[in-house]
Amino acid sequence: MTTEILLAGFGGQGILFAGKILAYCGLMDSKELSWLPSYGPEMRGGTCNCSVCISDKPIGSPLVVAPDILIAMNQPSYDKFINVVKPNGKVFVDSTLIDSECDRTDIDCFFIPSSQLADDNGLKGGSNIILLGKLIKETQLFTLDTMKAAIEKVVPPSKAHLIANNFKAIELGMNN
Amino acid sequence: MAVVFERPKSLIDVSTHYCPGCTHGIVHRLVCEVIDEMGIEGDTIGICPVGCSVMAYDYFNCDMIEAPHGRAPAVATGVKRTNPDKYVFTYQGDGDLAAIGTCETVHSATRGENIVVIFINNTIYGMTGGQMAPTTIPGQVTQTTPYGRDPELAGYPVRVCEMLSTLTGTALAQRVAVDSVPHIREAKKAIRKAFENQKAGRGFSIIEVLSTCPTNWGMTPIEAIKRLQDEMIPYYPLGVYKDITANEEGNK
Amino acid sequence: MERNLMKGNEALAEAAIRAGCKCFFGYPITPQTELAAYMAKRMHKAGGVFLQAESEIAAINMVLGAASTGVRAMTSSSSPGVSLKAEGISYLAGSDVPALIINVQRGGPGLGGIQPSQADYWQATRAMGHGDFHILVFAPSSVQEMVDMVTKAFDTADKYRMPAMILADGLLGQMMEPVTFPEITPNTYDKSSWAADGHKFKREHHIINSLYLQPDGLEKTVVERFKRYEIVKANETDAELYLTDDCDILLCAYGATARVVKSAVNSARELGIKAGMFRPKTLWPFPVNELNKAAESASVLLDVEMSMGQMIDDVKLAINCSKPVHFFGRTGGIIPTPAEVLEQIKKLGGAK
Repeated sequence: MTTEILLAGFGGQGILFAGKILAYCGLMDSKELSWLPSYGPEMRGGTCNCSVCISDKPIGSPLVVAPDILIAMNQPSYDKFINVVKPNGKVFVDSTLIDSECDRTDIDCFFIPSSQLADDNGLKGGSNIILLGKLIKETQLFTLDTMKAAIEKVVPPSKAHLIANNFKAIELGMNN
Repeated sequence: MAVVFERPKSLIDVSTHYCPGCTHGIVHRLVCEVIDEMGIEGDTIGICPVGCSVMAYDYFNCDMIEAPHGRAPAVATGVKRTNPDKYVFTYQGDGDLAAIGTCETVHSATRGENIVVIFINNTIYGMTGGQMAPTTIPGQVTQTTPYGRDPELAGYPVRVCEMLSTLTGTALAQRVAVDSVPHIREAKKAIRKAFENQKAGRGFSIIEVLSTCPTNWGMTPIEAIKRLQDEMIPYYPLGVYKDITANEEGNK
Repeated sequence: MERNLMKGNEALAEAAIRAGCKCFFGYPITPQTELAAYMAKRMHKAGGVFLQAESEIAAINMVLGAASTGVRAMTSSSSPGVSLKAEGISYLAGSDVPALIINVQRGGPGLGGIQPSQADYWQATRAMGHGDFHILVFAPSSVQEMVDMVTKAFDTADKYRMPAMILADGLLGQMMEPVTFPEITPNTYDKSSWAADGHKFKREHHIINSLYLQPDGLEKTVVERFKRYEIVKANETDAELYLTDDCDILLCAYGATARVVKSAVNSARELGIKAGMFRPKTLWPFPVNELNKAAESASVLLDVEMSMGQMIDDVKLAINCSKPVHFFGRTGGIIPTPAEVLEQIKKLGGAK
């Protein structure tokens, strides 16, 4: 069983970072995994996306074209990818920034005002992590403990003071 | 009977391929005398260029590497960086160093690579049969400037020592000539200083040697020496353009 | 063994340091940048040399200098930069000096693009510079294989005194996967018979050179070198054969494309189509025998590449055009999808 995840948004929203946390979750759980960023000019403010595959078997193509799980953090990404999500897939949308209603009935779409929640709770820039919290709650892909361990691994030592905020953001996502 | 003059040991005892009257032989000898005097042949690696001195690896008795055209300073960089305890020198002509290899020359100098560059400036491409060099003097007739070098068309020559002397990484930039005994003595002193700089870890040292090419200049060796004195030295003045030891005692 | 999560580019760098590489000379270019950045961070601490050169040309010549003294040396670049290194690689080959060159391929020709590509196959295997010569070409398909092949490439290069290349691409360079670094003691090869590292008055002087003005001398040298190539061809090929024992349709792919193809082969099997895959791990020497074995039961071959079709020449040559070889490829930086490849398999294999 392979879970293909696509994270998409603007450069600067922490798309690659959120992808990295998922990848490290896979590593913590002894899964096979791959993490593939889009790279190039788009990393300087344009659209940015990141493919993450988690599996029990070696990963074939690491490029996710039809995700089981989509995290959409801006309108262009939502519009671009909503229709390629696999049937029974799950979509996590920052509804502060995306003003759409999902008309697909074969997928589960979760609208979370994650940017607003981040701002209201003093977690500036934590929208991505809030969405990850919601993701693990709705998909059971990873446990909270695994994700916390992954965050401790991904956050560089120089920014260790941000770990607590990331934990808070996950729990916020799980409870919304 | 006391021997007062002999072939340096680091200069291999073979006939060279250089043309009669060519001054490469003098410069080879000077480099080898310095290597012998410093006793460093076993720890020296020389880098050959592409050009007339391409086969200098058959004449220098230290280990030798033949570099692609213009790349000798890059090759020397690779050798020196991984073998900092060895002596590394390049031996390059004007086309190699100041045309195709300008980039490598400038950047090895500005990095302050701790190497010695022996630069033979004879204002012409010798190996390929006498074409315009980056140092060809305005008005000079070559195969590719048949009416004389016209700066309007072909631009101006590069004065290498002047240019490199502006770079912080350059330790020594000196122009010498091998047209007369006093100048040859001066040239040897300069080469020695360059190797001593390397020994002391001072950085990039370039010795530009004004040299002749009777064959491609279409002159006798004596006429060629006269041209060097009358035309080249005025355009390329001899002297020390940069010497970071100049203010140290004993180095006036 | 501890699993680390690393980008392919970083894994290549770490593996090289562990394989005893003592110096890295490079010039920035996307998508291999992380490799040089990693080297800048780690090489000095590991007791080696990192230097950002003024150009790819200078970088490969610094490699030539260092490697000529017997040191394990490497450089890395991406397609346009590798073209600039061609001269130096030819000199390395012509001087019988081993070194490692990494090409994290991107789309071409010209400035091309920066997305993954496999359009430098011909360059790597046919004409990596002027003159009669070959280099070893390794084609990893995962980040782990990048690690493993770095050691193999250095060792094989040293063994046969020839340059080696790891032909990767932007996808492999940029992606992260778990990797383990096996405990290795770097192999050392006795280079004292040729290295130009100062003779210490204990031996004749060594000359590293590719110039032979007498044509008979040059011919003799090249012929001798080609005899060595024959030994390499006989001993150093490597390939993965996946579900080939009973396959009707054999897919041929290398590097990142082989991952896509493997996914498609698995899907085809689920549909009852007997598909298999041949994946060369060495592109030069090309695994001719391995391909013929893989193709035994197949009636048709499908070559898939991120190019307009370059390896397909070697596939056809290897089987002597004894079976039809079809081609599917995307180019310019577009990665084929498993679904696209499956469509092609259905067209060819499903018709049976």
